[in-house]
Amino acid sequence: MKMVNLTIDGKTVTVPEGTLIVNAAKKVGIDIPVFCYHPKMEPVGMCRMCLVEIGRPVIDRTTGQVVREDDGSPKMQFGPKLETACTTPVSEGMVVLGTSEKAKAGRQDIIEFLLTSHPLDCPICDKGGECPLQNLTMEFGPGESRYLYDEKMHLAKHVPLGELIYLDRERCIQCGRCVRFQDQVVDDPVIGFFQRGRSLEIVTYSEPGFDSVFSGNTTDICPVGALTTTDFRFKARPWELRSAASICTQCPVGCNIAFNTRREAVSGGKWVIKRVMPRQNEWVNEIWMCDKGRFGYHYSKSAERLTQPLVRRQGELAPATWEEALSFVAERFQQAGDGLFSIAGGRLSNEDLYNQGKLTDSLGGKKVLYGTMGGGDLTAQSGLVPGSNFSDMGKETAILVVASDLHEEAPIWWLRVKQAAERGAQLIVANPRPTRLDAYATHLVRYPYGSEAGALLAMVNTLSAKRPDLPEAVANLVRSPELKAAAKAFAEAENAVILYGSEGTGLETSTALAQSCQNLLLATGHIGRINNGLVAVWQRVNDQGAWELGWRPVANLPEAMQAARALYVAAADPAGDDPAYLAEGRLGSQEQAFLVVQDLFLTATARLADVVLPVQAWTEREGSYTSGERRVQRFYPVVPELADSYADFSVAGQIGKRLGLDMEIRLAGRTFARLASETPAFTGLSYARLAEVVEQWPIVGRGDLYYGGTTYENSQGIGVQLPLTSAGGLSWPKLVEVGMPKIGLLAVPITRLYDHGSTLLPSSMLHQRIPEPYVVLNDQDAERLKISEGAAIQLIPAEGGSWLGVRAIARLRSDVPERIVLVPRSFGLPVAGPTVVSVRLAERVLA
Amino acid sequence: MDADTGLPSQSQNGQYLLLRHRDTPSIGELEVYRRLGGFEAWQKVITSMQPGQVTDVVKTSGLRGRGGAGFPTGMKWAFIDNKNWPHYVVANADESEPGTFKDREIMEGNPFQFLEGVAICAYAIQANAAYVYLRGEFWQLAAWLDRKIAEMEAAGLLGEKLFGTDYSLHIYTHLGAGAYICGEETAMLESIEGKLGQPRLRPPFPPSYGLFGKPTVVNNVETLTNVPLIIEHGAEWYRSLGTEKSAGVKIFSLSGCVERPGNYELPLGTTFRELIFTHGGGITGDRQVKAIMAAGASSALIVANEEALDTPMDYESVPRVGAQLGSASVIVIDDSVSIPWLINKTMHFFKHESCGKCTPCREGTFWMMHLTERIVEGSATLEDVELLQDVANQVKGKCLCALGDFSTEAVLTGIERFRPDFELAVAGSAVAN
Ligand SMILES: Cc1cc2nc3c(=O)[nH]c(=O)nc-3n(C[C@H](O)[C@H](O)[C@H](O)COP(=O)(O)O)c2cc1C
Ligand code: SF4
Ligand code: SF4
Ligand code: SF4
Ligand code: FES
Repeated sequence: MKMVNLTIDGKTVTVPEGTLIVNAAKKVGIDIPVFCYHPKMEPVGMCRMCLVEIGRPVIDRTTGQVVREDDGSPKMQFGPKLETACTTPVSEGMVVLGTSEKAKAGRQDIIEFLLTSHPLDCPICDKGGECPLQNLTMEFGPGESRYLYDEKMHLAKHVPLGELIYLDRERCIQCGRCVRFQDQVVDDPVIGFFQRGRSLEIVTYSEPGFDSVFSGNTTDICPVGALTTTDFRFKARPWELRSAASICTQCPVGCNIAFNTRREAVSGGKWVIKRVMPRQNEWVNEIWMCDKGRFGYHYSKSAERLTQPLVRRQGELAPATWEEALSFVAERFQQAGDGLFSIAGGRLSNEDLYNQGKLTDSLGGKKVLYGTMGGGDLTAQSGLVPGSNFSDMGKETAILVVASDLHEEAPIWWLRVKQAAERGAQLIVANPRPTRLDAYATHLVRYPYGSEAGALLAMVNTLSAKRPDLPEAVANLVRSPELKAAAKAFAEAENAVILYGSEGTGLETSTALAQSCQNLLLATGHIGRINNGLVAVWQRVNDQGAWELGWRPVANLPEAMQAARALYVAAADPAGDDPAYLAEGRLGSQEQAFLVVQDLFLTATARLADVVLPVQAWTEREGSYTSGERRVQRFYPVVPELADSYADFSVAGQIGKRLGLDMEIRLAGRTFARLASETPAFTGLSYARLAEVVEQWPIVGRGDLYYGGTTYENSQGIGVQLPLTSAGGLSWPKLVEVGMPKIGLLAVPITRLYDHGSTLLPSSMLHQRIPEPYVVLNDQDAERLKISEGAAIQLIPAEGGSWLGVRAIARLRSDVPERIVLVPRSFGLPVAGPTVVSVRLAERVLA
Repeated sequence: MDADTGLPSQSQNGQYLLLRHRDTPSIGELEVYRRLGGFEAWQKVITSMQPGQVTDVVKTSGLRGRGGAGFPTGMKWAFIDNKNWPHYVVANADESEPGTFKDREIMEGNPFQFLEGVAICAYAIQANAAYVYLRGEFWQLAAWLDRKIAEMEAAGLLGEKLFGTDYSLHIYTHLGAGAYICGEETAMLESIEGKLGQPRLRPPFPPSYGLFGKPTVVNNVETLTNVPLIIEHGAEWYRSLGTEKSAGVKIFSLSGCVERPGNYELPLGTTFRELIFTHGGGITGDRQVKAIMAAGASSALIVANEEALDTPMDYESVPRVGAQLGSASVIVIDDSVSIPWLINKTMHFFKHESCGKCTPCREGTFWMMHLTERIVEGSATLEDVELLQDVANQVKGKCLCALGDFSTEAVLTGIERFRPDFELAVAGSAVAN
């Protein structure tokens, strides 16, 4: 890379050719004020705030040499006009003056212009205190206005762009950052400028308004208080807020976030969370996050939280002391011995899973990860190695996204994969139906639902000498030119990554899929190098961590539970997810097994329990999660814990202690240290190590908020990516035949971002985005079945069982394959994998 | 017609080069235009010239852009990036500068010569598609041009495999939605792409990054209408018209306080005096000429003294009296007009037309409009005049596109050159004499 030398305000700077002046200045700690420029977007030169004087050495046309002054210094020529530092790339020998009289006057001029139509209502503005315009006004603004107040324009101050984001039209300085973010960064062009001149206003084009799962980010980069979130609007002043580092728990990306809290009178003098902000981690979420993460945290402070242990007495759950509850549980676990059956959800932290695992293992019990995805052992063997980063992927990389609607399953990964594709990566999207990623794909592969593993084996088949046998359903795929081309592109790319999701899969099909993904990586040599490997798009934040710690899902949970003498269910709600558990009395019958539920809420499963143990939300404690990219990241306490509650790891530890086990019950850090000493992949890790930070670019979150926005700087740890565990050889997966049924339809589960999960529903502001329970049918099928759009329907499983109570709204689409019913997960329809069903109108049954 | 060479000489001798419908009213009919030699240049370039040769001829002719900036046309064509395809031609028929009404007359009266010019330009840069971007109010004209384009297609003059070669060309019309800024070439490109009409950051310039991101030549209607003649009669002939550095003829749109406003096709270098007094019939009533705006609302105000009246109207001479020729829309201001009133009118225009993309123009035009309003109403003080000057200087040189600077021209030159008018206005009286 060619380097260029220049001086900015007297400091010499050496930066790569092509660097913009504003960024070169930033690198040496000089802040050139900007409004429209943002380091994550292309420059537009609109606001004119960054005007500087630029001198360039005079070159003699005949000799091509720099002309020298008498004293030997190069003769400089300054342009007649000020130039924008945000659009001008550096050049050799350039002299930039940002603080000369002329440049300073330029800044003053622009600030004065902006203020002529700005209300300056800082005292009631949510941005006040962290507002670029406010800061720059203090620095460059005129002390007195030369503009007549009567001539000011007065505009609407409470314009909902959607129910999540409000616009104050008076405050908008027309910098266009929000519009460009939506257009260029996330490609949801749902807002734009309307009118022109002083009447220019931001409007939304979508129905519902501002229909984008990334909308909250615009409030971080808006340099004024024009855009605010419903969540934070008029809720607190920025300078009253404290911040604590955390990790988003809504998906496996593990976005780094900061919680802002304040102790307030309206909440009875308690510390409360006021908002969630992204925290920079250029390897994970850069400076962004999605709206589910930003607004979906309210469950942690829900009034429905459990506050004390409950023990069943005379058939009713009644409050009990911890001592009573824990001793009772310990006694019954002791009796159960190897009949202890532990079910843990991927929402638990590494420490929780470690302690619960330790307890279970010590008794010889069984550990089950609650979920329907397989392959966590394979992602550990063939995952991304430390140093991998989606941001570094471009032309030399192929990314295969299979069985995933990534935009819904993990929005920030969708964004980063899309951006890699825009930088030139080969993007292969393999899915049975179109998804939002298709638009950026270089190769599209369609396969029938249930044949995801087969489709990948077909790719291997076209490439390698060792050809796996293919099931009938995909045999013809081998001849598909698209698949061949995709396989070739994948094989030829220097680096290749596979992300597999859970579109249409259950545990068996998912396990086979993961295996065939690994086959493809092995066959093409894409393992063990930076920016190569396998990533699972898990359904929970810490599913990967659970696998690392030895937790595994089981294919048939009800059956596996049969032999259990005691059930220890943490962060999972099988009875809530599948009413069959209730109907068939599989849970909660005393004779069958003693049931302990450890949760935040009184879930359907908890209602059946013998003992219910309340726990702290992740905002009330410390811990760590392992992201889908196998990055172990810490989260910190944000607000004080509920009185008399414990973290999950501590509850498990306290039960263990009562059984005479040596377990940590107080400190998450010490628990992690034990975990690290016993788990090979975690060797050498400690909380201190996870808290290490490095310099990141762009620089955000410091005094100059006008540059990067209000995203928090990362001073609490960027986390550590785990090394690969040793890989087995090439072995072909056992393929599960999921053919089309002779009669009926095939119901397949899909994931929707805004679902009915217990960790989302308490955020009432999102309710307009959360649909009623619904299924999606192919429109031709629907016509045949006389089901119209919006009809209430029921699904009847062919293998018996009854979901008769569960109704859903039918939505019809032409891009769903024929005889497929898409069933969103966590909407109450217990479709755990491809399931043959029949569909009928709900009315008919009721009548 | 020049008696010696047999070539058409210059329009005042009775033969128009651009406004040819004034000589032959039916030239808008395809047969008539063809009978008069129309499309011979078109056939000639396709069948016997290399694209580069066409550009060279236009270069040597000295033709300069008639849209305002006077940029050498051939040079612009030569800038087209030949590593990036396809290429486009966009004819700028936005004609929104107040006081400019020449392109409209060309397109109404002599449409084929214009379209032939578009076609030749397209061939020269090997574009297979050309757009004519018309201001929204020209919707009837767009329909008229569509008919003319259809006639050309029917006659095999546009379409696929023209004149038996592999070259194809289609011309499309595109209507704006009523924004002056869409006359600025990059805003126009955005508008054609279906986006909000706001200028782009330049560089890159359209010949490297234009319509849909592809190399594009944008030329004014009048510029292009010259091209068929240049091909037909040669570069040397064209150079012989006008002045050394400002070759050819120009249509001067004359308006304001003159007896005979209208379009005058004259050689570049004709003096203001000749245009206003000989052709325009002088000032209405018994008034005196006070000021001249040579480039519509975007003009500096020229003090109409003897020296100014004798200044030749070409790209080099007009700057000597502190102004620009621009699109040569000459607005004549007589001594009944108060300069602050005039400036207030232009500020209304610029405030209304500022696209709002950049801060100084968006806010500055608004502020200047208010200030001139107050001055005209007689509710201002001399400090407000100073402030107006300050604000204009604050806008000048800091904007994203030229509109911002345009908006300050009349203000700054008005205050500088017609100060007594401001003093009077502030004192409550309207006109300075
Ligand atoms: C605010 C503004 C308005 C303009 N309006 C017009 C116009 O109406 N017609 C036109 O031909 N050029 C207009 N121009 C000039 C064009 O940007 C461009 O320079 C011209 O079309 C180039 O053609 P030419 O080289 O043939 O003159 C305008 C420029 C600016 C900055
Ligand atoms: S709303 Fe904010 S980000 Fe959007 S244009 Fe206005 S000031 Fe800029
Ligand atoms: S992408 Fe995932 S981790 Fe990031 S904010 Fe959204 S839900 Fe949370
Ligand atoms: S100078 Fe005026 S018209 Fe041009 S970009 Fe700026 S605001 Fe728009
Ligand atoms: S013009 Fe440079 S920051 Fe806006």
